[in-house]
Amino acid sequence: MSGDWNRICTLIEMLPERGAACLVDGYQIALFRIEGDTVLAVGNFDPFARANVISRGIVGTQEGRWFVASPMYKHRFDLRTGTCHDCAEVCLPVFPVRVDSGVVYVAVPEE
Amino acid sequence: MSIHARETVVGQPIEGLAPRVLVIGHGMVAQRFLELIDVHAGLLCVDVLSEEPRPAYDRVGLSNYFVHGDEQSMSLAPEGFFESPHIRLHLDESAVSIDREQRTVLTSEGREFSYDTLVLAMGSAPFVPSVPGVNAEGVFVYRTLDDLELIRARAQGARTGVVIGGGLLGLEAANAVSSLGLTAHVVELAERLMPAQLDLGGATMLRRRIEEMGIEVHLSTQTQRILETEAEGVVGLEVSDVDGPRVIVAELVVVSAGIRPRDALAREAGLEIGERGGVVVDPWCRTSDPAVFAIGEVACAVGKTWGLVAPGYQMAQVAARQIKAMTEGLEAETGDGFLGADMSTKLKLLGVDVASIGDAHAAEVGALELTWSDPVTHIYKKVVVSDDGLRVLGAVLVGDADAYDSLRPIAASGVELPGSVEALLFPATGAIGIGPNALPDSAAVCSCNNISKGEITGAVVDLGACDVAAIKACTRAGTSCGSCVPMIQSLVHSTLERQGITVDKSLCEHFAYTRRELFDIIRVRQLTKFSQIIREIGQGGGCDICKPVIASILSTQAPAHVLEGENATLQDTNDHVMANLQRNGTYSVVPRLPGGEVTPEGLIAIGEIARDFGLYTKVTGGQRIDMFGARLDQLPEIWRRLVAHGFESGHAYGKSLRTVKSCVGSDWCRYGVQDSVGLAVELELRYRGLRSPHKLKSAVSGCARECAEAQSKDFGVIATEKGWNLYVGGNGGMRPRHADLLASDLDTSTLIRYIDRYLMYYVRTAERLQRTSVWLESLTSAEESGLAHLQRVIIEDALGLGDELEADMARHVGSYADEWAQTLEDPEKLARFRTFLNSEENADPLIQYVPNRAQHRPAVVSVEIPSRDLTEVVV
Repeated sequence: MSGDWNRICTLIEMLPERGAACLVDGYQIALFRIEGDTVLAVGNFDPFARANVISRGIVGTQEGRWFVASPMYKHRFDLRTGTCHDCAEVCLPVFPVRVDSGVVYVAVPEE
Repeated sequence: MSIHARETVVGQPIEGLAPRVLVIGHGMVAQRFLELIDVHAGLLCVDVLSEEPRPAYDRVGLSNYFVHGDEQSMSLAPEGFFESPHIRLHLDESAVSIDREQRTVLTSEGREFSYDTLVLAMGSAPFVPSVPGVNAEGVFVYRTLDDLELIRARAQGARTGVVIGGGLLGLEAANAVSSLGLTAHVVELAERLMPAQLDLGGATMLRRRIEEMGIEVHLSTQTQRILETEAEGVVGLEVSDVDGPRVIVAELVVVSAGIRPRDALAREAGLEIGERGGVVVDPWCRTSDPAVFAIGEVACAVGKTWGLVAPGYQMAQVAARQIKAMTEGLEAETGDGFLGADMSTKLKLLGVDVASIGDAHAAEVGALELTWSDPVTHIYKKVVVSDDGLRVLGAVLVGDADAYDSLRPIAASGVELPGSVEALLFPATGAIGIGPNALPDSAAVCSCNNISKGEITGAVVDLGACDVAAIKACTRAGTSCGSCVPMIQSLVHSTLERQGITVDKSLCEHFAYTRRELFDIIRVRQLTKFSQIIREIGQGGGCDICKPVIASILSTQAPAHVLEGENATLQDTNDHVMANLQRNGTYSVVPRLPGGEVTPEGLIAIGEIARDFGLYTKVTGGQRIDMFGARLDQLPEIWRRLVAHGFESGHAYGKSLRTVKSCVGSDWCRYGVQDSVGLAVELELRYRGLRSPHKLKSAVSGCARECAEAQSKDFGVIATEKGWNLYVGGNGGMRPRHADLLASDLDTSTLIRYIDRYLMYYVRTAERLQRTSVWLESLTSAEESGLAHLQRVIIEDALGLGDELEADMARHVGSYADEWAQTLEDPEKLARFRTFLNSEENADPLIQYVPNRAQHRPAVVSVEIPSRDLTEVVV
C-alpha cells in the first residue's frame, strides 16, 4: 500500500557501491548502498534514455556528494536529491529508505 | 526625406556632432568592419544598408545550412550589437544611387542618407552567363540564404540537379543539391575542377572522390542552353563536349560560373573601376574619392579583386583603422596598408579535404614540383619549392590536408625549410614532423583573421589566455573557418609549458594523475585494491571516470575475475554483466568466434539459442554474431547454453581485445600466400580478455589484396611471400587513420613478440579512452615520430622494457579464463542477475518489441509505449 514501508531485502544482499532495482507498487526503484550501511533510493527510469537502467550505473562522489552516472548516456544524478548534474530541469524521484536491524525498507509516498 | 542632414567636413567633426559613416552592404566583411571601428565608442554615427532581410551571416558556411537548417547559428552579429544609439541597421533596403557631390545616397525606400565617409561593401554577385533559358523557373544562383530556400523548395519532388561551374562554390552547390537527396551533376568548362586552386593532378583526384559519392562530373563541357517547358520550368540542360551535344535531364539548375564585383553603383558614381571590374582602391582601401572606401569583394586592390573572406577581413581592418584616424583629425595613412593577401584555402568539399596553398600552380620562375599521388587511397599531395629547394612556395593537397597547418605558415612566411619536404607531407613516416614551435613569430596561424603565431603566444604570456576559447576571445584567431584550432591548441600548450605552467591533466577530481602515471604508481607501490588506491593516492569516493580506469589497470597488474571482490563496484554496466547495454535496457551477447571461424554446429547452436530466447541476430563488422534483446535475468541461462556448446565470452563489452578479423587465406584462397585464418585464431586466443585503455581491434590478411582490412586496425598483419608485415595504429570509425608499417617480413614468433611488446606498451602508457591511433601520434616528439619511437622501443628495445612487456603479456595469457564460465560456477556472482531484489517478476513494461523486417526491434518509449505512468511519480 502507498505510504507504507515495504520490506525489500536484507542489507547484506546489497553490494557496497553497486545499485540494484526493486519493485514497489508498480514503481521501479533503484537502491544504492554507500558508505557502509547507508541506502539511498531514486527512480530507476532514466528520463534521457527512457529506459529503466539507473540501478545499473556506477556510483561516485562529486565534490563530496554521492551520485549515480546512468549507464546509458552517463548523465549524473544526485543520489540524495535526484537532481541531474548535467541538466537542471531534470530530476529523478527520490524515495525514503529505512534500514532497521539489517533489513532495508522503502516507501512510496502517497500521491 | 533626408536623414542626418547636416554639414560636416571629413575629419573635422563639428563640435558635438559625430562624423557620419554610411556602409552599403552587410555581409561578412561589412560586419567585421563595424566591429573594428568601435561604433559603440560614440565617436561616429553609423548607418548600414542591407538589401537582405537579416543581419550578416556566415556565407562561408552556407552549405551547412541544409545540414543543420539553423539560420540563427549562422548569424555573425553579436547579440545586441545594433541596439546602440550610434549605429542603425536598415534591413531590406539597398542603395540606388550615390551623389558624391552632395555626399548622399538614395535608397530603394526612397530615402536619402548623407555621409561624411562612405564604405562600399556590396561584395560580389554570381556571374550568370547569357545562355538561352537562363531565366527559366528552376534556375538559381548560390549566394544567399534566400537562394538556398528557393533551391530547397524546387528540390521537393525533383530528382536531378545540375550545377553549372565546377569551381569552389559550384562544388559547394553540388554538395547542397546532393544533400537535398537529388542526383547532382557538375558541368565545368575547364578541363579540371577548381581550376583556380588546383592543378590537374589534384583536380583529377578530387574528381574521382566526388564521383565515388555519386556526383557526376562533366569536364571540358559547355552549356548550350537550359531546356524548359511552360508548365514545369527547367526540364534539362543541353551541353556539348568533344563528342558533340547531349542532354542532361534535370529539374533544377544552379549557376555558379564565377563571381563579379557589384560595382555598378560605383561605376555610375564615376569612381575609378578596375580593368576586370571592382572599385579601385589604394592600400588604405580609399577609392578615387577620398571620402569613399571600398572593402571586400567589391574592391579592386593591388590590381585585382579578392574572392575570399580573409583578404576582405584584412581590408576591413585597414579601412576601419584609417577612418578612425580620420575622425581623430589625422589625414595621413595609418598603419600597414593592404598589399595583397595569402589566398591559401583549406576546406572540406563533399567530405573531401582540399587545400591550396600559395603558388599552387608553380608560377614562380624555376619553381620545382614534388608530387605524390596514391590512386588507391585517392590522396594527392604536391609541394612547390623554390629552385634551390630551400623554400616552400605553394602546395595542393587533396584527400588528406593535414599538412596544411604546417605548410601554409612556412609558405607564407618564406622561411627556410626546417626539415625535409617529405617530413611536411608525411609526418608519420619516421621523419621529423614540424611543430608550430619551428615557425617564426611572424607566421600567420589564422589566415582568416591574419593572426600571427607571435600574437597568439603573446596572448598566452601577456594576457593569461590559457585555452583555445580564451585565445579566440583575445585575438579572434580560430573564429572563422576553424582549421587552425589544432595548431592554436598546440601553441597554447607549448607556450604554457615553456613558462613552467603545468597544464592540468588530472584524470578526475579524485586523482591528480593521468592514466599513465596511475599505472606506474600502482605498479611501483604494488597496490591491488581500489579502496586502498583511492585512500593512498586519491581522494573522495571515486566516480564513473576513475573507477573503470583503475579496474583496467588492476586487470593487467593483478589479474582477477572482472567481478571479483571490489572489482565489481568499478565496472561499467557492460563489464559488470559481461554483455552490451542496448537502448531499451536489454543487452546483447557476442560469443567469441576466433578469426571469424565457426563450425556449422556452432552456427546451429547460436541460431537455436537466439530463437529460444527471442533474440534479434545480426552479423557484426568484426566477423561475429551479435544476439540482441536479452534481459538481465536471461543472461546466465544464455551463457550456460553457449558455454555448453563450447563458446566463450567475446568481450564485445569491454575496453579490451574485440576480434581478429581474417580473410580466408592460403587454405582456400587461390591468391593467399600465408594462413591468415590460422594466425588470426592464434592472435585472438592469445590476446583475448586483455583489458586496455580503449577497445582493440585487429585483422590478418593472407595477401597484399588486404581483404581483412588490416590497415584500419589497432594492429594488423598482412602476409608477404616471406612472412608477415606488422601494421600499427590504424583506425576506422570517427577518425579514420591508416596503420603505419612497424616491421616487414617477420616470422611468426618475432611477429608475436613485437605485438606482445606493442600491446603492453600501449596498455601501460596510453591515456584513458585513447585509441592506439591517437596514442601513436601522441608519442611524436621533437626528435622522432611516434612510429619511430615505437620502432625504437619494440624492435631495438631502446628502453630495455622488452622483457618486462613480454613477461606482462605472458602473465596475461597464462591467467586467462572465460569470464562467463567462471560466473556460472559462482552463485554469489549469479545473484547479480536478478531483475528486482524483492520480486520474482522479470518483465519490464518498457521492454517491448515491434516487428522489423523478418525480426523485431525495441519499441520506442513514449511513442510506441506511453511512458506517462512510469515517469510521473509524485514524491
